[in-house]
This record gives sequence, C-alpha cells and structure tokens, in this order.
Amino acid sequence: MLTVSSLTPTQLRARLRGPGLDFQTGPFINRLHSNIPHLADGLAVLYGEYPLHESGGFANFHLDLSQPGGLRRWWRPQVRFDQDGQHPFKPLPVAQAQPFCEWMMNWCVSNRAHGYLIVHAAVIEKNGRAIILPAPPGSGKSTLCAALVCRGWRLLSDELALVRHADGMLVPLPRPVSLKNRSIDVIRAFSPDAVFGAIVHGTMKGTVGLMRAPADSIRRAAQVATSHAIVFPQWEADAPAMLEPLSRGQMFMRVADNSFNYTLIGAQGFETLAALAQRSAGYTFRYSKLEQAMEVFDALVGNPP
Amino acid sequence: MTALASLPLLVRVLRSPDVAGELSLDQWDLLLRQAGAANLLVSLLFLLDDAGLIDTVPDAPRVHLEWARLAAANHARGVRYEVARIRAALSKLDVPLILLKGGAYAMAELDAGRGRLFSDIDILVPKPRLGEVEAALMLHGWASTHHDPYDQRYYRQWMHEIPPMVHVRRGNAIDVHHAILPETAASRPDPEKLRAAAVAIPGQDGLWMLSPHDMFLHSTVHLFSGGEFEHGLRDLLDLHRLMRRFDAEPALWAGLAPRAVELELERPLYYALRYTSRLLGSRIPPATLAAAERGRPPAPLLALMDALFMRALLPPHPSCSGRLQGAALFALYIRGNWLRMPPLLLARHLFHKALLSPRAAERA
Repeated sequence: MLTVSSLTPTQLRARLRGPGLDFQTGPFINRLHSNIPHLADGLAVLYGEYPLHESGGFANFHLDLSQPGGLRRWWRPQVRFDQDGQHPFKPLPVAQAQPFCEWMMNWCVSNRAHGYLIVHAAVIEKNGRAIILPAPPGSGKSTLCAALVCRGWRLLSDELALVRHADGMLVPLPRPVSLKNRSIDVIRAFSPDAVFGAIVHGTMKGTVGLMRAPADSIRRAAQVATSHAIVFPQWEADAPAMLEPLSRGQMFMRVADNSFNYTLIGAQGFETLAALAQRSAGYTFRYSKLEQAMEVFDALVGNPP
Repeated sequence: MTALASLPLLVRVLRSPDVAGELSLDQWDLLLRQAGAANLLVSLLFLLDDAGLIDTVPDAPRVHLEWARLAAANHARGVRYEVARIRAALSKLDVPLILLKGGAYAMAELDAGRGRLFSDIDILVPKPRLGEVEAALMLHGWASTHHDPYDQRYYRQWMHEIPPMVHVRRGNAIDVHHAILPETAASRPDPEKLRAAAVAIPGQDGLWMLSPHDMFLHSTVHLFSGGEFEHGLRDLLDLHRLMRRFDAEPALWAGLAPRAVELELERPLYYALRYTSRLLGSRIPPATLAAAERGRPPAPLLALMDALFMRALLPPHPSCSGRLQGAALFALYIRGNWLRMPPLLLARHLFHKALLSPRAAERA
C-alpha cells in the first residue's frame, strides 16, 4: 500500500491545496485540506508512514485547516478549522496549525464514531496484552505512554481508546503522541531517538510537542487487541512506582467518567463497557521515575505467550 | 418545474430514495456531507431503511450511517425524558400541556419525528397562565436565559414566547409559547382557536398536540415567516411528511385551505405547497392547490420569493451554495424581522440591538 511518504513535498502541498490529502488513521479515512506550508511539512514528518488513498473516494472526516485571506494574512495570521462550511471552533494563531489539526482529528472521532465506545485514554500493547491508561490531563498519561512506546510497546492510541461494540476488542488508532511542557524534555532524555514535529509554544495546553508513532505500530493498525488491564496513572513527585488494585465496580465507573460517548450510546455503552471490564484487571498507579514504571508494566504483561 | 439534475444530491435522494441505489463512493461522500450539514443524516438513514435500500449501501458510508443511528436513539431517549420532566413540573397546574413541533412529532411517534434531531422543547400555554407556568418551571430547575432588561421586555411585550429557559443541571432548553406568531406581527392566528382544536397524544396521558391542520400550518409559519434557514430543508421535509397524514382522509385535504383562512395563514400555506412540491415532489391534490391560490403573492413578489426560497431551502453545504446564496439568506433574515414587527418598532429594535445592547453587555 502507498503511504503519505510516497508524495514529494511539492505533491503533498498540491494535494492539500487541491483535492485534499486522503490518508488513513486506524479505521478512519481523513480528507485534509490546507494552504499552510509548515503544516504540510509537519505532516510529512509525523504522517509519512500512514496509508495514502486516492483522492475523491469516500472519507469519514473532512477537515480544512487553512489560513484565511484578507487582512489576516499579514496581521496576526490565523489558522481556521472549516468543516463543510461550518466553523465550530475559533481560529488560532497560524503557528499552532499542527496541534490544532491533531485536536480537530480527535474531535471528529469523539463526536461521530459512535460505533465504538470512545474513552479518553492511551492504549499500548505488548505480548498480545493491551493496557488502557485512562486519565485526565496532568496525570502523566501521555508521558508514560510515550516512554513505553519508545521501549518497544505497540502504540494503539495516545488519546482515544476505541472499544468495539460487538466484542469489546480494542481497535488501534495510532497517531502522534502529544506531549506537553516538561514532558517533552523528559522523553527526549529518556529516548534520544524519538522523532518530534515542531515544538509549539503558547497553546491553550502550554508547549506542545508531537512525537511520531512507531512505524511498526502504524503498520499493525488493523490488528485489534484484547484488553488485559486498565491502569489509572498518576505522576507524583518522589513516589515509588506502585500498582494498587481497583475493584471492578470502581474501575467501571472511572472508565465511564473518562468516556466521550458512554451516555450517548445508552444501553450499548453499558454492554460494551461491561464486556471490557469483565476481561480487564483494574489498578491505580503512582509513579515518579519512568525506569521504575517500565519494570512494573513489563511485569504486568508477563512473558511472551 | 425544476430541472431534477440541477438539484443537490441530497434533495434528489429525499425526492426519490431509489437514486441512492446507484451512487458511486464519491457521491456517497457528498450525500452524507450534505445530509450532515442539513442535520438530516438520521432522516436519510431511516429513509433508506424504509425504502429497503440500507443493505445496498457500500460498507464505508454504511458504517458512517450506523454511527448516526446510535446517536439518534440517544436523542429520542433524551426527548422522552425531558418531556416527562416538563410534565411533572407542570402537573399541579391544571394547564393542558400542548407540545409543538419536534417534541409533538416525537411523542406522537409521527413519521415527521423519526430521526428528526432538534434541541429545544416547545410548548403552548394560555397567555394568562404564563406566570404560573414559568414559576413552576423555575421551581423545577429551569432558569431564564436573557437577563438584559431590554431582551426581557422584547420577549414579554412583543414576542409570542417568553425568553427561552434552560435547565440548570441538564442544560436542555424549553420555549414557552402563548401564540405562534409575535404580538407585533401583521397576521395573528388566534391561539384560542389552536388550543380549542388541540388533540390528546394517543397513549401519552396529559400530553396534547395541535390538530393535523394546525400542526402543519404552524410548521409553515415557522419556516416561511422566520428569518433563519439553517434547518430550512429539514423543516421543509417536516411539511412534506406532515402532509402525508392528510392522505388518510380526503376531508383533511379539503379542510386545509379553509383552516388557513381562519388562522390568517394563507400566504405561508401557499409557500409551503409551492416549495414542497417543487423541491421534494410532494403530491398535493389539485383541489387543495386551487384553494390555496388565494395566498398567492403578486407576480413580481412571487418571482423574488422563488429566487430567495429556492436558494435558502437547499442544504447549507458549500457544494449547494451558488453565488447568490449569502445574499438570499441575508434578504430572508431581514424579511423575517420585517414580518415580526411594524417598521417603526423594527427600526427601534435594530437600533437598540446594534448600539445599546453591546454597551450594556460591556458594562455588565
């Protein structure tokens, strides 16, 4: 299958300005339009390995992140999100186009893809056992996820866990891992090989750096995984890495709290979450040092079967 | 009348669902985007269900449509729950609870309500009882939304509804009406007549809806006397479906135009019949069309309204908007306000909204 990296920089920009760039992330086809050169360059770095589709077929999500013309071209230039003529969000400074694009891709999924129970969580897998890390911002979820992925765990998702209704299996949506503020340097020190897009300062989430997903995780995006454990991480200064079991009921409620569409999908949401909870062990996890955390997680999934 | 091929894909499918049997993937892509923009994705899904075509939809668009099915079930649940809360809040008042528009279609399980997504519940109560109704709703957690004294007066003195109320915990909105057109509009359908003809919603103790004629006519007023067309095509489809109820009894068709005369709504009825048949190919008996002729505007005005409505009623999607779309929507917005108020009052209102309200907001 062709990937986005098969396009030259000129071809990539021409697609973005013209018919749109149709590329696949997990089960979804995105059609992206943009007239912003640095967004095209960022996509080449972060999305080079993703499947490329011919323009003009069916796409799940249509996104246009462009810089409007007129006075704004010169005075505090902006990037605007346009979806079929609607502008559901306010424009942002053009320098934030890349993270804005990520947020909008997430928004499209969490707002529409109700064929899955969608949980605000990272998902990683090793030895056929997937671990879900649901968490509010600030808990160190993405940092932990990035570190595990840099040590060879497969990335299923950094932000959106997709749970299939039919059987409770986890459907991968591997995309760049979004790291914020000090976490960026922490991961660079932890894994000097990690590839980042441009670091963007001053966003509503502070400084944001997007770490490229491993090529192997992207290639295996069609392989669903079984949930083994659901772990609620919390970074805490000087805390020794420690897992504490969580009752199934508490785990269920906390996952529901972190879900985007649990109430929206009604009884189906309950059944899907029940199927997921049935096969997953629940833990809370406090940590301060990534190396210690790696050991705990390796022990959690055991040896290869 | 209208060249079929020049109509947007969504409109062609709404006219005859069979069109969907022969679409390429890029046409499916366009169809679903137009339907999404018109808030008709779920209506499209149910249309394909009813036409027995859903299994012919290619996998990728089918998956997308099925996502919408789950969201629609949630919406239907939400409406039933909200109506039950409103009924409980008003249960001690001895005011018949008459649901309008989407809420009525949903609770009465009318075709027009299947898959129709909407945000507010609208109810009609007698004007002398407004105070009690508002107080009861406040006691049960709904709060008024417009705090500016000018806005309060605008609604309470001139409009046909009190300022919208929103439930403080659930965030759902209710519009309490005492009439279907503003106090300041030129034509004023007598709310007493509407309430007298209201019918109980079968199987729903204590819930009422307008009679079939009045329900249809209210829907025409809402669409053709208002100034906003974001949901124009959805509302036109409501009319198309509500009309199908008249097919059951010829007397219903025969009584439609006389009822419009009684309620001073000949003009919106004329527009409703004209544009449902032009855009959606609705079948209307010739006798009804002839009887509705008395609402026909003079030729130059009709030519203008054709130009405006035939643009404004298309899906609000870039693929459907021609060069004059923006101008048509703006003209209709002005017209909507024009119909609400006499010229002097309108001038005063626009002056206040443009110059005084922003200052008041700054001070607050």
